[in-house]
Amino acid sequence: MNVWKYGDNINTDMLFPGRYTYTCSTAEEIKPHLLEDMDKEFAGKIKSGDVILAGKNFGCGSSREQPALGLKAVGVLAIVAESFARIFYRASLNQGLLLIECPEAVQAYQPGDVITIDQENGRIHVGDKAFSYPPLPRAIMDIWQAGGLLPYARQKLASAKKGDTHV
Amino acid sequence: MIGTFAEKILAQKAGLSRVRPGQIVTVKPDLLLTHDNTAAIIGKIGDDLKKYNVFDREKHIIVLDHVVPASSQKAAENHQKVRDYVKEYKIKHFYDVGEGICHQIVLEKGHAQPGMLILGSDSHTCTYGALNAFAAGIDRTEAAALLLTGETWLKVPHSIRIYLSGKLPAMVTAKDLILEIIGKLGADGANYCSVEYHGDVDHLNMEERMTIANMGVEMGAKNSVFLYDEQTARYLTERNIPVKAQRFVWADPPAVYRQTIDVEMDKAEPVVALPHCVDNVVPVTDVLGTPIHQFLLGTCTNGRLTDFETAAGILKGRHIAEGCRLLLLPASKSILQQTMASGAMQVLIEAGGMLLPPSCGPCLGAHLGVLAPGERCLSTANRNFKGRMGCAEAEIFLAGPQTIAWSAVHGKISDPRQIRS
Repeated sequence: MNVWKYGDNINTDMLFPGRYTYTCSTAEEIKPHLLEDMDKEFAGKIKSGDVILAGKNFGCGSSREQPALGLKAVGVLAIVAESFARIFYRASLNQGLLLIECPEAVQAYQPGDVITIDQENGRIHVGDKAFSYPPLPRAIMDIWQAGGLLPYARQKLASAKKGDTHV
Repeated sequence: MIGTFAEKILAQKAGLSRVRPGQIVTVKPDLLLTHDNTAAIIGKIGDDLKKYNVFDREKHIIVLDHVVPASSQKAAENHQKVRDYVKEYKIKHFYDVGEGICHQIVLEKGHAQPGMLILGSDSHTCTYGALNAFAAGIDRTEAAALLLTGETWLKVPHSIRIYLSGKLPAMVTAKDLILEIIGKLGADGANYCSVEYHGDVDHLNMEERMTIANMGVEMGAKNSVFLYDEQTARYLTERNIPVKAQRFVWADPPAVYRQTIDVEMDKAEPVVALPHCVDNVVPVTDVLGTPIHQFLLGTCTNGRLTDFETAAGILKGRHIAEGCRLLLLPASKSILQQTMASGAMQVLIEAGGMLLPPSCGPCLGAHLGVLAPGERCLSTANRNFKGRMGCAEAEIFLAGPQTIAWSAVHGKISDPRQIRS
């Protein structure tokens, strides 16, 4: 597991440049351009199970979802930040990508620390320190557990349709 | 009912008597906006659409505006997919390339109305708060799910009350005012919050309110909103929406705010947001003389009639400095026609301006107006992020239309209050 640490106000243009927004929409098209204008090494070196740590307001800016979709596709375990911008927060949840708002964990991190996450109990371990974060509200946890918004919506639509035929 | 604007409107939309900040509510938006990204959105749910159809074909507004006219075969194919979808699913509100930028279209065609809940797969959807709507940006996947189900969840936001007093001085615009507010609050100062504008807002016309509401997301706001007044009523009546159909919502005491901020409009001055953050705001006098290569006048933030007339008033009989470019980007075809009728466009072109099709492309580096390494652009757009205009080694400065016009004359950042006719 590698940890990628970034600062405050990491915006959507830094996560995925606007010049690709209408030419790249699938995970395979998005992956090579992740963080391209901010960290040229990222796309080549990111591995499944890696964690991103960041400061305040991660994901601010545009409504573009490619960063959330791409980071989920390369297997990012979680993004842990001091805070998230709201559209990015929703976009990530909708992709089933785990976001954890926990400033203490971000500040406690020292290079070399191993990070583990216990989403069930809302605990994050950074090296030998442990921190709690508030669990997702029930309705939102259901979306995350379904693997994202579209799988969740499909489950709901299918059960509603089934209900109709019973009537 | 008491509470903030957000609490009242979300309670109403969720069918509840009262809601509190932090509460999750299920709502059915009155309108869903998507643009060129419609192709990617429907691409996610092709089979589902066949099975379940579109939830409500009258609630979906589509405007092709981001890469228009198409810059590549891929962009053209995207547009084609959208046109096919519109036809197959009989989508009622479709605006093809050339009509204008989605946010201006939703406003000027009378779609956005007071008391509506509008979601859009574009972060500047918050612009419709100028017309007293609760309007917020969402991602593509959420728009896809909304097309199928018609409903989503929203967290009731805390609210920030911005009390504006007085009147803006000459050569200071709504853009300077909102940049000053963002500079004060910070890029995340209103994160997850509903921002309400109170006070002497009758001194701000509808176009100025649109500029201010548009920039709400640049301080992290979920939505930003103005009250409904005579100006709102007039704007809507001009679009054939009778006053009796205008259902506005506004905060009622004792509404509880997370924060209240007082802003004296009389003391506002021309400001500039420096690269690469919108909250990096300084008085124009701090950066006088900074050489600029490209000037961008327009966009969904400042691409309306008054913006072009303000610039034309300054550039009449003058010419932009040698070696500079001035791009003119009206927010819609209708605005372009107004600027032609008023003569403003003629003046700006004679002064050296280059007219671009009403569209979003240059703003995000997706199409036209791209910068070269080492270049600087002074722009009326809403973002100055690194790489935003297609080049990570260029710099973007944000300002109002008056500052851009006067600076274009000199080829460097200049104080518009120095103009002697």
